[in-house]
Amino acid sequence: MTDRLLLKGGRVIDPGRSVDADLDLLLVDGEVAELETRVAARGAEVIDVSGLVVCPGFIDLHTHLRQPGREDKETIATGTRAAAAGGFTAVCAMPNTEPVNDQAGITRAILEAAAREGAVRVWPIGAITRGSKGEELAEYGDMREAGCVAVSDDGRPVASARMMRRALEYAKGFDLTVIDHCEEPTLAQGASMNEGAVATMLGLRGAPGAGEAIMVERDVLLAELTGGKLHIAHASTAASVDAVRRGKARGVRVTAEATPQHLLLTDELVRTSEYDTSTKMNPPLRAEEDRQGLIQGLRDGAVDCIATDHAPHTVDDKKVEYDAAAFGVVGLETAVALCLDRLVAAGLISLGRLIELLSTRPAAILGLPGGTLAPGAAADVTVLDLSRRHKVDPARFHSKSRNTPFGGWTLKGAPALTIVGGRVAWGHGR
Amino acid sequence: MTAPAYPHRHLLGIEPLEASHIQAVLDTAEALREVLDRPIKKVPALRGKTVVNLFYEASTRTRASFEIAEKVLSADSLSIATSTSSVQKGETLLDTAKNLEAMNPDMIVLRHSASGAAHFLARHCRSAIVNAGDGAHEHPTQALLDALTLRQRKGRLEGLRVAIVGDVLHSRVARSNLWLLTKMGAKVTLCAPPTLMPPGIETLAPTTSRIEEAVEGADAIMMLRIQQERMTGGYFPTLREYHARFGLTEERVRLAKKDVLILHPGPMNRGVEIASEVADGPYSVILDQVTNGVAVRMAVLYLLLGGAEAA
Amino acid sequence: MAPPAPFRERQELMDADRLSRTLSRMAHEILERHPDIRGTVLVGVRTRGVPLARRLAARMKEASGFEPPVGALDITLYRDDLTTVGPQPVLKGTDIPTSIDGRTVVLVDDVLFTGRTVRAALDELIDFGRPARIELAVLVDRGHRELPIHAVLLLERVAGPRPRTPARKRRRRR
Repeated sequence: MTDRLLLKGGRVIDPGRSVDADLDLLLVDGEVAELETRVAARGAEVIDVSGLVVCPGFIDLHTHLRQPGREDKETIATGTRAAAAGGFTAVCAMPNTEPVNDQAGITRAILEAAAREGAVRVWPIGAITRGSKGEELAEYGDMREAGCVAVSDDGRPVASARMMRRALEYAKGFDLTVIDHCEEPTLAQGASMNEGAVATMLGLRGAPGAGEAIMVERDVLLAELTGGKLHIAHASTAASVDAVRRGKARGVRVTAEATPQHLLLTDELVRTSEYDTSTKMNPPLRAEEDRQGLIQGLRDGAVDCIATDHAPHTVDDKKVEYDAAAFGVVGLETAVALCLDRLVAAGLISLGRLIELLSTRPAAILGLPGGTLAPGAAADVTVLDLSRRHKVDPARFHSKSRNTPFGGWTLKGAPALTIVGGRVAWGHGR
Repeated sequence: MTAPAYPHRHLLGIEPLEASHIQAVLDTAEALREVLDRPIKKVPALRGKTVVNLFYEASTRTRASFEIAEKVLSADSLSIATSTSSVQKGETLLDTAKNLEAMNPDMIVLRHSASGAAHFLARHCRSAIVNAGDGAHEHPTQALLDALTLRQRKGRLEGLRVAIVGDVLHSRVARSNLWLLTKMGAKVTLCAPPTLMPPGIETLAPTTSRIEEAVEGADAIMMLRIQQERMTGGYFPTLREYHARFGLTEERVRLAKKDVLILHPGPMNRGVEIASEVADGPYSVILDQVTNGVAVRMAVLYLLLGGAEAA
Repeated sequence: MAPPAPFRERQELMDADRLSRTLSRMAHEILERHPDIRGTVLVGVRTRGVPLARRLAARMKEASGFEPPVGALDITLYRDDLTTVGPQPVLKGTDIPTSIDGRTVVLVDDVLFTGRTVRAALDELIDFGRPARIELAVLVDRGHRELPIHAVLLLERVAGPRPRTPARKRRRRR
């Protein structure tokens, strides 16, 4: 028996192929079969998507699924359900689990669990160094073969320039991209928010934006030196974006992502929320100039994609004094709606550009299947409802965790349907 | 019914207060000061009210001052200090507060090393919260007692020139005083080595790294304590150089107004931020500060616990 | 917000002339009762009792050549309804300029009503020392006492409405 699904009457946008038209999309056996003005059902299950936008499935390059080790915060099952409900058809799982995903055995275990319980595709990212300790290279060859799509020591910046150089060089041999969490550790020591006037008023220790930009500059220069492929995780400052922009202009193989929280919020929120720990993340929320710099980067291409940095934490990790609270916010279930309302509807970027940022570019950066609706491509599809108004209610998240600064926001535009491999992984109201 | 003079449920900091609220606390403290000179230093105002002093950092002065204020106003009080509580057994601030809440205290006075700890308690507890110092954020009652002392000696706060000198970066006293004095119309100049000047503070007050510039023509100088560990933290090279460049010496005091007042939240490091001759000189108002400290804390207790519960 | 007080017709109890004459009479009465004027202290209950005490002291000086010391008592901290009244009452402060030990204290207020203010004033005075005697001088007695208190020196007795204290509160105090 074959799987046949026909999405009928939608507006299809596939930026990679410059498609923006009302088309029917037929998915057969996990692949895109036909994309035409009218496709006959011929026994396929038909979903009427008129009035909705159909696009290649969204891919999150930066997700913390917490499994193995911290299943109290998130599991592959709950994290991927959250992804599906947020309109993502694939997530890249950061390796800072317990144990760290620094060898093929762990990678395979993650993939097995994902095949068993995952609602969307899971692409594991391996560690740059063993245990993410920054001392010895992890086994990239084995991890690549087991299914890793990139390497990163996310959460633990690679402090040593020499180690970073070796990683960029060695990763070339396996066509792996090195994703760096850029943070100069001595400048960020003890910090729980952005350095600046707000931190001064609140009496909290701040990490200067320069601490991030220094490392971005270093990494870009090392990528240039080695010819390795570099991806900057969660860029948060205007200076970081500028460093990437200049690197690209010189032909360095560098890409960068930004998160909705850094695109939409500033450190002022720490003050107005009166130390609400759901505003605590790393990198921290920055100043307005930095936020503007990130938006500029989205518009001119210095920033390649939007990623969530979905970082679930338990209530106990967050319901403590600000200094003691864990860094990070959940994002899978809010990212797409936030971008539709506050970036697209606000007129900062076009809908086509957003789809590029969430699908086309992420797929291209790591060479993942998807990111296109070309016939023969993986049948991963995200359907958007641009008119649906809703209020962010953390109590209804599929994620195990609720740590979001966006609770109570009213947003217009939301995912309507998430299709993975030709099957519906999630649908609004389904 | 008229609007209450101090319309807040808590005292978490000076920053959210308006000038009229600060005025109300100072006027109330002034009216209450007399009680401390009576033969029987006790009035029944807060009979039946329970106050918990929860101190996560050692602080003899502030805690004693709150305890005296509570006793003078006849509140029932209970003090818990880190060394004797379950804090060291790993109980979280929230758990401790929730356990205390079972005793249904009307107020919790909190001293904690984390900035925002008082806000945290205010969010999760029913009691009125008084911030007795949170990290490098605020120490509102210290600023109020400094202001009361200044107002008594100078007759006003508006238009006074005040220099705040020392480790501004780590000082909650500096922040609370800066907010308070600015709101009351005083002209504040901040002075510290650039390494101990918090970023962005220049949006709130003029800054300088020359102490001579800061104290020139000043009506009052507030000295901040320099903690020895700041030296090892790399903020300045030696205590000797600190004293030479930023210490308050007789010579520098002479640049200020003749009747300059010198305030220090204590305990002082003689020979570091302040020369002994200055510390023991005629400008010192330390004893006033002790009495005013109790009066201000009585005022805060009275304003938060006197009157009917806010709806 | 509390509901507005029911409208009551203003009643002029005393014009300026009459007040002046009666203060003189009261001053003389105090002097008669306490020939040792140097052992007497006048204490006005804030707010209206304080100017009255001052005027009384001035009359006593006219009559005797000696002006007794005048104090001011803010009874707020001794009120039995402090934690049930609306917002915190504004404190004006107490000022007793001399020791009251062994002296006669004449407590001065404008109106005597439920007696609760006087109760608070007595408690506060006693925290300042041990006077030989305390007397109470008021201009007007409106009746409706809730405590066993009466004025020694009194100028007018006026029948007025009952206190407006809600019954619930009064029950609690019993």
